[in-house]
Amino acid sequence: MSAALPIVIEGLRYRVGDMPILNGIDMSVTSSGITAIIGANGAGKSVLLRLIDGLLAPTGGTIRIGPSDRPPPSTAFVFQRPGLVRASAAANVALALAPLGLGAGERAERVRAALRHVGLAERAGAPATRLSGGEQQRLALARAWARAPDLLLLDEPTANLDPASSHVIEDLVASMAVAGTKVVLVSHNLGQVMRLAEDVVVLAAGLAVEHGPVRSTLSSPRSPQARAYLTGEMPWTSFAALS
Amino acid sequence: MFQTLEETFRRLAALDPEVVAIAGLSLRVSLSAVGLGTLVGVPLGALVAVSAFPGRRLVTGCLNAAMGLPPVVIGLVLYLLLSRSGPLGGLGLLFTPGAMIAAQTVLVVPLIAALARQIVADAEEHLGEQLRSLGLGPARRAAILIYDTRFSLVTAILAAFGRAISEIGAVLVVGGNIDGHTRTMTTAISLETQKGDLPLALALGLVLIAIVLVVSATATLLRSHAMRAYG
Ligand SMILES: Nc1ncnc2c1ncn2[C@@H]1O[C@H](COP(=O)(O)OP(=O)(O)O)[C@@H](O)[C@H]1O
Ligand SMILES: [Mg+2]
Repeated sequence: MSAALPIVIEGLRYRVGDMPILNGIDMSVTSSGITAIIGANGAGKSVLLRLIDGLLAPTGGTIRIGPSDRPPPSTAFVFQRPGLVRASAAANVALALAPLGLGAGERAERVRAALRHVGLAERAGAPATRLSGGEQQRLALARAWARAPDLLLLDEPTANLDPASSHVIEDLVASMAVAGTKVVLVSHNLGQVMRLAEDVVVLAAGLAVEHGPVRSTLSSPRSPQARAYLTGEMPWTSFAALS
Repeated sequence: MFQTLEETFRRLAALDPEVVAIAGLSLRVSLSAVGLGTLVGVPLGALVAVSAFPGRRLVTGCLNAAMGLPPVVIGLVLYLLLSRSGPLGGLGLLFTPGAMIAAQTVLVVPLIAALARQIVADAEEHLGEQLRSLGLGPARRAAILIYDTRFSLVTAILAAFGRAISEIGAVLVVGGNIDGHTRTMTTAISLETQKGDLPLALALGLVLIAIVLVVSATATLLRSHAMRAYG
């Protein structure tokens, strides 16, 4: 079992000034693999991921990640935009390893392995900003992979990519999950959610309105909010046909 | 008028040793000040940009305001500090190139820090969250963002060099415009104009412009070369 399990979120609230953004999210993730989070724009998906990563501090409620008797698990975050520094591809991976306190030799070896893993070994010396969009997102994933995280958070990682590049990213994410990393994926691409995830959480207006296995949740949502969102996303499907 | 110009070019062509010495001192003083100002101002501006602390807006406001400090007032304050009865009088720096470097450093530090803060803050908008999620502390984030914005920072440093080499108030007050010792391009131009040696003043003026152009062209060339090579 991943060191990042279980993820237990209770009464999670987040507000900016007096604007409520998350209104008491309760959810509990206990299974390994990939958990998807879906929901309309502005539902609070990105804020939830940032709270899980510790980039934001909750204004109410709690988030517990991993067994309570162990040190907090390591996390890695891949954003919609790859967030690369104007430096070589290898340097971008290396800077992600800086806080881990590795020796120079081991660090260089991990950088090489990470670039090889995502198929960018030949581009190690290339300026990261010159890579194509798909290559940049692969580099962002290499940076996460190199840290060997217990928990990988992905915020619409393929939203800007063409289908071929998206599939490369999906394969890489799936392989990390198989290797034991717990993955939480925010996506608007329901095909992607069905291909990758085991379970799905539906957020609406700052609340987790539904959490269940992917197929049954997408095909026969129980909450009216989830039904409304899914009807908007897949107006051409009847839910009955999916199940 | 025609005679003045002819005399100007005659002196330029002869590369009057006095002109060369004055230009050399100007360059030495301003490059030293900009070098020191960069070492202090860039990390200072970057740290203000990446760290959250109470009073950050006040510090930012002060830096921005200090960009416009009048050189002659900086010179005056340094004069009071360095004069024989002042708190730093024991250093014996007054009326030396060292005092001029100190004054111009004080002049350019806020300029470089304020511009660096803005440049790094813009980069932080795009990269800050990513770097924080990697668990990097403020000092590391500042260093990475300085590296990320290095090409824009060169432009800020050039602006500081332009301000330093062309100011007159600070070097005049703390240097004293002593012939052969603390006379710079700007103080010499002012003096020669007053004395009526217009050919020398003009020759100096042309050399000053040439220096600024050569320094900024060199930096711009290096910058675009580096940008092509390293993205
Ligand atoms: N720092 C912030 N300040 C003000 N409002 C914010 C901030 N961050 C997010 N919000 C608001 O919170 C809501 C949820 O945002 P977000 O989590 O990004 O939505 P999404 O589900 O599309 O990822 C949005 O209405 C957004 O405008
Ligand atoms: Mg979002």
